[in-house]
Amino acid sequence: MANPLRSEVVRLYKNLLFLGREYPKGGDYFRDRLRAAFAKNKSVQDPEKIKEMIARGEYVIRELEALYYLRKYRAMKQRYYKDT
Amino acid sequence: MSGRVLVGVKRVIDYAVKIRVKPDKSGVVTDGVKHSMNPFCEIAVEEAVKLKEKKLIKEVVAVSCGPQQAQETIRTALAMGADRGIHVEVTGKDYESLGPLQVSKIFAALAKKEEAQLVILGKQAIDDDCNQTGQMTAALLDWPQGTFASEVTLEGDKIKVVREIDGGLETIQIKTPAVVTADLRLNTPRYATLPNIMKAKKKKIANVKPADLGVDVAPRLEVLKVEEPPQREAGVKVETVEDLVGKLKETGRI
Repeated sequence: MANPLRSEVVRLYKNLLFLGREYPKGGDYFRDRLRAAFAKNKSVQDPEKIKEMIARGEYVIRELEALYYLRKYRAMKQRYYKDT
Repeated sequence: MSGRVLVGVKRVIDYAVKIRVKPDKSGVVTDGVKHSMNPFCEIAVEEAVKLKEKKLIKEVVAVSCGPQQAQETIRTALAMGADRGIHVEVTGKDYESLGPLQVSKIFAALAKKEEAQLVILGKQAIDDDCNQTGQMTAALLDWPQGTFASEVTLEGDKIKVVREIDGGLETIQIKTPAVVTADLRLNTPRYATLPNIMKAKKKKIANVKPADLGVDVAPRLEVLKVEEPPQREAGVKVETVEDLVGKLKETGRI
């Protein structure tokens, strides 16, 4: 893998792993799928393709943050606010 | 004005965990259970950090009262953007009986000591649902309060607070220094991502004891028992409309 991109990929992996601990279906479920996804693309060399995949990974990060927020918001709303 | 904002954050059992009552009914099982920052406290931290990003205030100080683990909650606040933390160490029996009265005395003392311009708290904690700490803190300091805030706007030495009340919204203007408690719709708290948590490791957390602040944390309340809510009864199926009406009359509903 191209050297500067390698550290970006590793950073992305660590961030996703950290975020995945709270995944509703379980941190283990998330971690297994995360590893599988990264392992599948292990041999990609083209820097453009790698950058694309990193961007996709960052998109997943944003989606996860949104998921966590919505779950929490919905739970709080249901528990504390009567439907008006 | 000092431009310093104190934000209170409480370590509570995570909102998604299924709560279990201890067999001796003295309380709730907390050992080995996932804890996190109270959701309303997250909203409070987010609001303080937003004010700093808009350059309306200078420093955000995150405060938490509790045992060693309370520092994790302060670290989360630091990762969200708070500048430094204060851990008020309360352990053992004192911590079990710690409630809004004691916490508000601690916050009042800290607000004076740190010369805070604003104290932002979550409106209530999801474990005890007291909804008292903000109000008590304001009363002890003799400061105005904007509770259930769904919008906060700083206007010079005054704050405009839009409050969520039954039947709608109320807009008030209060002078600083003041206490504000955050309601659900105030903002969308940011997630404390790994890079932010790493960066926050450099930020300082000061350690303080209630006695240092001249606060007596002796309890005034005694918990007699804690019980689970009654189990939901199974529904009853009826065959005809007459049966339904009959059953409704039986239970005195109509």
